[in-house]
Amino acid sequence: MIRNVLLLVVALVACPAFAHKASDAYLTIERNGASLRGQWDIALRDLDNAIGLDANGDGDITWGEVRARHADIAAYALQRLAVSSGGERCALSATAHSIDTHTDGTYAVMAFSGQCPVAGPTLAIDYRLFEGLDPQHRGLLNLVESGQSRSVVFSADSPQRIVGGDTSGPWAQFSTYLNEGVWHIWTGFDHILFLLSLLLPAVLVRDGGRWRTGNSFRAAFVEVAKVVTAFTVAHSITLTLAALSIVVLPSRLVESGIALSVVLAALNNLHPMVANGRWIAAFGFGLLHGFGFAGALHDLGLPAGSLALSLFGFNLGVEAGQLAIVVVFLPLAFLLRSTWAYRRMLFAGGSVAIAAIASVWLVERAFDVPLWGALAAGL
Amino acid sequence: MTGWRTSMCVAALATLAAGATAAPYVPQSDNVVLERLPEKGDPALAQLKRMRRALAARPADIDIAIPVARKALEAARQLGDPRFLGQAQAALAPWWTADTVPPAALLLRATLKQSQHDFDGSLKDLDRLLAAQPAAAQARLTRATVLGVQGRYADARRDCGELNGRVAPIVFLGCDAVPASLSGAAAYAYTSLNDELSTQRGSSDLREWALTLAAEIAERRGDFSAAERHFHDALALDPRDAYLKGAYADFLLERNRPEAVLPLLANDASNDSLLLRLALAEQRVPAARDAFVAHRADLAARFEAAQRRGDSLHRREEARFRLDIEKAAPAALALARANWNVQREPADLRILVDAARAAGDAAALEIAAQWITSTRMENVAVASVGMVRK
Repeated sequence: MIRNVLLLVVALVACPAFAHKASDAYLTIERNGASLRGQWDIALRDLDNAIGLDANGDGDITWGEVRARHADIAAYALQRLAVSSGGERCALSATAHSIDTHTDGTYAVMAFSGQCPVAGPTLAIDYRLFEGLDPQHRGLLNLVESGQSRSVVFSADSPQRIVGGDTSGPWAQFSTYLNEGVWHIWTGFDHILFLLSLLLPAVLVRDGGRWRTGNSFRAAFVEVAKVVTAFTVAHSITLTLAALSIVVLPSRLVESGIALSVVLAALNNLHPMVANGRWIAAFGFGLLHGFGFAGALHDLGLPAGSLALSLFGFNLGVEAGQLAIVVVFLPLAFLLRSTWAYRRMLFAGGSVAIAAIASVWLVERAFDVPLWGALAAGL
Repeated sequence: MTGWRTSMCVAALATLAAGATAAPYVPQSDNVVLERLPEKGDPALAQLKRMRRALAARPADIDIAIPVARKALEAARQLGDPRFLGQAQAALAPWWTADTVPPAALLLRATLKQSQHDFDGSLKDLDRLLAAQPAAAQARLTRATVLGVQGRYADARRDCGELNGRVAPIVFLGCDAVPASLSGAAAYAYTSLNDELSTQRGSSDLREWALTLAAEIAERRGDFSAAERHFHDALALDPRDAYLKGAYADFLLERNRPEAVLPLLANDASNDSLLLRLALAEQRVPAARDAFVAHRADLAARFEAAQRRGDSLHRREEARFRLDIEKAAPAALALARANWNVQREPADLRILVDAARAAGDAAALEIAAQWITSTRMENVAVASVGMVRK
């Protein structure tokens, strides 16, 4: 080890032999459930370019100069790497700093660890190191998982990728996106609450200005099928249009619209405006939710090579996730439909709660203010 | 002293290339110098760094962005260091994907695209620029160069013709000489360029450029003593020009004088294509055996690093490495063919022919032969391929 170090120093002093190469950084991430361990090798030349390492301006970067900036290096780099699992951002922090040599010179080596809120099926990685400073920079990721390693190249043109599982072939891509679709609907509470608002009255019948218990499971099933199908068809249309960039809406408008759709769907249970044509509402608002799914898909990034298949997989995943909710909901709701608990607590109380939650979302999203945080701080 | 240093370098490089130092380490003292920045001892690069800092504060200011991009491009060309290309592109970011771009930025964008081998993108930008400003000489010259690299010699000559009378005669003649010499008019091209050179007019930059062209044309025509004289004259004007050094090294290797390459490229190991020539020379000089082994490992590591980042800019060099150093003809031929689909300079043709011969691939040889006959190219190095057909 010491011998190697000596040789390196001699090499640097004595020969100008390091290759000229475009800028690369070498990133290794090891995943074990929800916890991550990683190492990131970043060229000192590139770091100097970004945050200035040569404190005394003599053109030489010494270990002392690098050591003094370890906290800055970690902050700079980790701000430009977002790792998410199951739709939630993992917290990354630097654990150690050292030095290594690659073909084109000396690199700062930063070891880091990470903790994800959930252990999702895959990792969504957003890599922006040296964005704006060097469009030809590449991030070479090596992902190690259950003894297998896989490499991915990030560039200014493709800063986002989903990795993990077996994401190599088109079918593997398909199942990855299928998984992501399921995860998205399960962790996307606005979509679930919208669907529930429309489903809650399915086991009831509107009769003379009042809700009464429905008698037929078949009728309830048909009602649910109509709502779910309409919602599905609608959001599939807009998801596809948006994912292919045929129609693009501003995300603030879409997200606010989705919140509004949840408020309206819940209020409709309390003061029905639309009683027997809920599938129409499901279709109309479903169009809006499709744009929301497309936003999530955009964050994941669509692989150019298997775009159609990945889009189809994601959509199918959304449907599967939604169907799983319906399969659990419908029998339970049908069994409980005549109880006080269902009528008053779940149906009426639930709709009030959903309308309240969604109203907060609506204000947050429309005016871009973090209300939850303010409310929580007040408690 | 030099011997000791060299052997230490070689040993260090060999350990590096072999991946023996893969383990990160913590330096033992704060005073250890880890990296020497390129601007050390280079005032022009130090100035570029200051200009880039000014640009960072006002990234949309085209009056700062243009000189930064231009200087970065110059540095990339002079040092063969692609990191400067990244800096140039970053300076042009506000105009990189825009449709309406000021002419100065458009020209630099086209030049950068050319360096990334995006020849079609480069031509598109140049077409637009020339449609608006038909008299833009630099854009004409750049477009002629790109067209020449693609082997579109008639189109290239048309652009050069437009320069006649608008620029110094040496620029017009140099521009025209390359495509002319590759499409059946080598004698004319050489004589006119040589006549102009003998008048001693033109700045030393331009003369060095034209002398290099004259040397290459003379070499293709088989006039080796004239070629050598031109190479010498050019090197006297600029002994650091990486392109010139590479061309002269190729000439020496071709004439079987590898010993002469060693001192020529002794300090150029950081440049991939010059290191390749150095290794090719060392391979044939028994006394340079250790250096060869180290440089071969270093080159392999560099090609691997380029491959990891998805780079295909060095296929020509890599094909030569696989063929002449690793003796892997099929791999070399695959690279040479892929390269031929993108660029068609004499060196691209040469590696295609060499790899096809080594691999015994008649179809690839046929591609080369067809090219030589259809362009009416005069080039002694590949002439026998064209003969086969006649």
